[in-house]
Amino acid sequence: MPGSILLVLTYVLVILFVAVVASRAVRIARLPIHLRWELYPVAHEKRRASYGGSYLEEPDWWTKPRQSSLLGELKVMIPEILLLAGVWEHNRKHWWRTFPFHFGLYLLAALVALLLVGGIATAAGAAVGPNGSLPGTVLYYLTYVVGYAGLALALGGALALLGRRSLDPDYREYTKKADYFNLVFFVVTLAVALAAHRFVDPDFAQLRSYFASLVTFDFAGAAVVAWLTGLEIVLASVLLAYIPLTHMSHFFTKWFMYHDVRWSDEPNLRGGRLEQKVAEVLEYPVSWSASHIGGDGKKNWVDVATSDVEEKKE
Amino acid sequence: MTKKRITIEDISKPSKKLTELRKEDFKPLPPPLDTPESTPDFAPLGEKAREQYEASLDDTIALSIPKPKNKQEEDELVAKFLSGLQKLFTKENNWTFLQPLLLSMDYCASCHTCSDSCHIYEASGRNPVYRPAYRSEVFRRLYKKHVKSKGGLLQAWRDGEIELNWTTVARLAELAYRCNLCRRCAQTCPIGVDNGLITHEIRKLFSQEMGIAPKELHESGSVLQLKVGSSTGMNKEVAKDNMEFIDEDVSEKTGITVKTPWDKAGADILLIHNAGEIMAWPMNPGAFGVIFEVAGVSWTMSSEIAGYDGINYGVWYDDAQFARVAVKHAEAAKKLGVKKIVLGECGHAHKALTVIADRVLSGDLNIPRESAMVTLEDLIFSGRIKVDPSRNDFPVTLHDPCNLVRLMGIVEPQRRIIRHIAPRFREMEPHGVYNYCCGGGSGFAIMSGHNFSDWRNQLSGRKKVEQILNAFKDEMDPSIRKFVCAPCSNCKGQIRDLIAYYDLWEKYSITYDGLVELIVNCMTDVKEGFIEWEMH
Repeated sequence: MPGSILLVLTYVLVILFVAVVASRAVRIARLPIHLRWELYPVAHEKRRASYGGSYLEEPDWWTKPRQSSLLGELKVMIPEILLLAGVWEHNRKHWWRTFPFHFGLYLLAALVALLLVGGIATAAGAAVGPNGSLPGTVLYYLTYVVGYAGLALALGGALALLGRRSLDPDYREYTKKADYFNLVFFVVTLAVALAAHRFVDPDFAQLRSYFASLVTFDFAGAAVVAWLTGLEIVLASVLLAYIPLTHMSHFFTKWFMYHDVRWSDEPNLRGGRLEQKVAEVLEYPVSWSASHIGGDGKKNWVDVATSDVEEKKE
Repeated sequence: MTKKRITIEDISKPSKKLTELRKEDFKPLPPPLDTPESTPDFAPLGEKAREQYEASLDDTIALSIPKPKNKQEEDELVAKFLSGLQKLFTKENNWTFLQPLLLSMDYCASCHTCSDSCHIYEASGRNPVYRPAYRSEVFRRLYKKHVKSKGGLLQAWRDGEIELNWTTVARLAELAYRCNLCRRCAQTCPIGVDNGLITHEIRKLFSQEMGIAPKELHESGSVLQLKVGSSTGMNKEVAKDNMEFIDEDVSEKTGITVKTPWDKAGADILLIHNAGEIMAWPMNPGAFGVIFEVAGVSWTMSSEIAGYDGINYGVWYDDAQFARVAVKHAEAAKKLGVKKIVLGECGHAHKALTVIADRVLSGDLNIPRESAMVTLEDLIFSGRIKVDPSRNDFPVTLHDPCNLVRLMGIVEPQRRIIRHIAPRFREMEPHGVYNYCCGGGSGFAIMSGHNFSDWRNQLSGRKKVEQILNAFKDEMDPSIRKFVCAPCSNCKGQIRDLIAYYDLWEKYSITYDGLVELIVNCMTDVKEGFIEWEMH
């Protein structure tokens, strides 16, 4: 398969992926300030997170500095992201299916990083292989191990998830046709990738060359890859661009869920940074129709909050 | 497990009822209530109520929505629902919760990790309609079909099927009142999806656009509070009179002369009780008076509208009503020029005024708010209150009100007090931020229309009965008096109802009360025997 066509396709789809993720993230971040809705334990509460306590346990809390711990957040987020700690704790049967899938994907993300490093090294003329320099040898074997482990785990997990969503009536009821399509898309892509490395690119050398062309924008010198490897590249690129268009974009929206909602406990102190934001949203016009509100699109939230209740018969 | 498998699409299919509640399906209670005959029967919903009101969800009614007279009325109501649905996703009408709502609507992976965290789902024997994700999924499909994508070829393929008709709307309204909003399910979600929030938003849509809300929360709740001063119906004169009687009673009972100060400008503390305490548990505000008197605290109560009633039912169903009450509370404090508001033993009043109203009250309405748990801990451990723990030599367990604990992170102050004053204290399991709702949360404690109290006692309160029985399992002998401490008025009401429903006082000497009663019971300055060992 001609490498230059593949290169164009990959660039376009990677740009699409980045653009969709960025646009969604910006759209979420730009939503107006909301009322507090935190849920304990809040991981950054210093000394209190272990039992779910908050700064509100402190007498005259508004007179004291808040003590926030980044380490506390990391202690929760790392096992949550890497090991799916919440699913392990609350839904063990599902964990055995979803953990291999997610951890396999993390390994595949690491594989992409290793291939990028390998590609740069190759483009710079360094040898990456079993008999090269120590860094080249380490990179070679690391790519090998991470690549196969990632593909096998992710494929096994995707199949297990597909099985559960097809056979377990509780899961089947909540699974949409698009969800089956998504899982099948993963299964096919991962199976093709495994086949490609089993039969035509066992040590990821073809992919590494492809990444060398990618990082150097070398359209002219882009190597022709085996059709199976080409198919792997096409499917993986399309899948990458497709993910943020689906609910699977929870891989980055989770950040907002935790930091902007669950752990968002910043108090609105007099003269503090939140007051201005609050003042803005209180000016929004209200059009709720129930008689006790009587929103006409002209009165704003301050008008509503400071008005008497006028009940008319609905 | 209910026999018939109920699907998401079934919610739109007209039938007498979507699901049936059968006692034999409910999760068995632990000993000694582990036999079917040891628990009361679920009273059936009357035929007249079924004819008059929308009752096609299950075997009870929370809302009493009159049945539309004809198809035209149905269509008008559906159109109104649709209009509310669209407003709910605009920043102008719903800046208050838009970001959390969108995040919960768009990213659920349907992994069912939340299911087993729900006490109602568990108590029902895993009835699919009570699965925390069920109502969310119905609402999500409606949102995606009618707001987000507005149809399209791929919509059903991507988001699932749902039909919007009056049956769907009427059942969804009722279903929004089969959840305590305890948010225990949200704690378990690996992504952060919050089914409690979605329920809250559905309630808002019905109230703010269609004027549909439980009478107990709206007309006899927040509307009455804003008109008269309190949802109990007490105006300021009655409240003052009642407090005067309480002062007399508590002074006689304790030997400490208490006179509740009213409208004292410049006091350090404005104490706001849930006014239900004044009516139903007068010794609770009385005990606060004793503690503050002995500790020499500068405090006052306010006779302004809502100033003597900390409840804010809007926090469960309506942003406008919520904001109005919060502003009244803040204005009462501002008028008196107090240093801080201290919230009495009422969980939702705590959360409403301290956390949720935080981004409503700005400038000079932003008066600092503190939990009574914190104030009391400070008074006891600073030595201003002297206690003799041996006066509390009976088994005590602590109920964690969701609003105070899971939703505010006030976990340890009340525990440190109880560990200090109650030598036979034992925890419920699980406890703290992982505790279960009493079953009265989100307004249910005051909702008893038709046979709703049966539903509340049999289903939403079932887990709490289990927890209480387990906490005292080694001391069930009725000669041993046992005490459930519930530092929240609504939780206390629900626990009172559970104790009465399952006859736990008569048979096993289990009673309940607040934290201040337990404190005053062991204060050395006070006559012995403050706690009333009787069903009240």
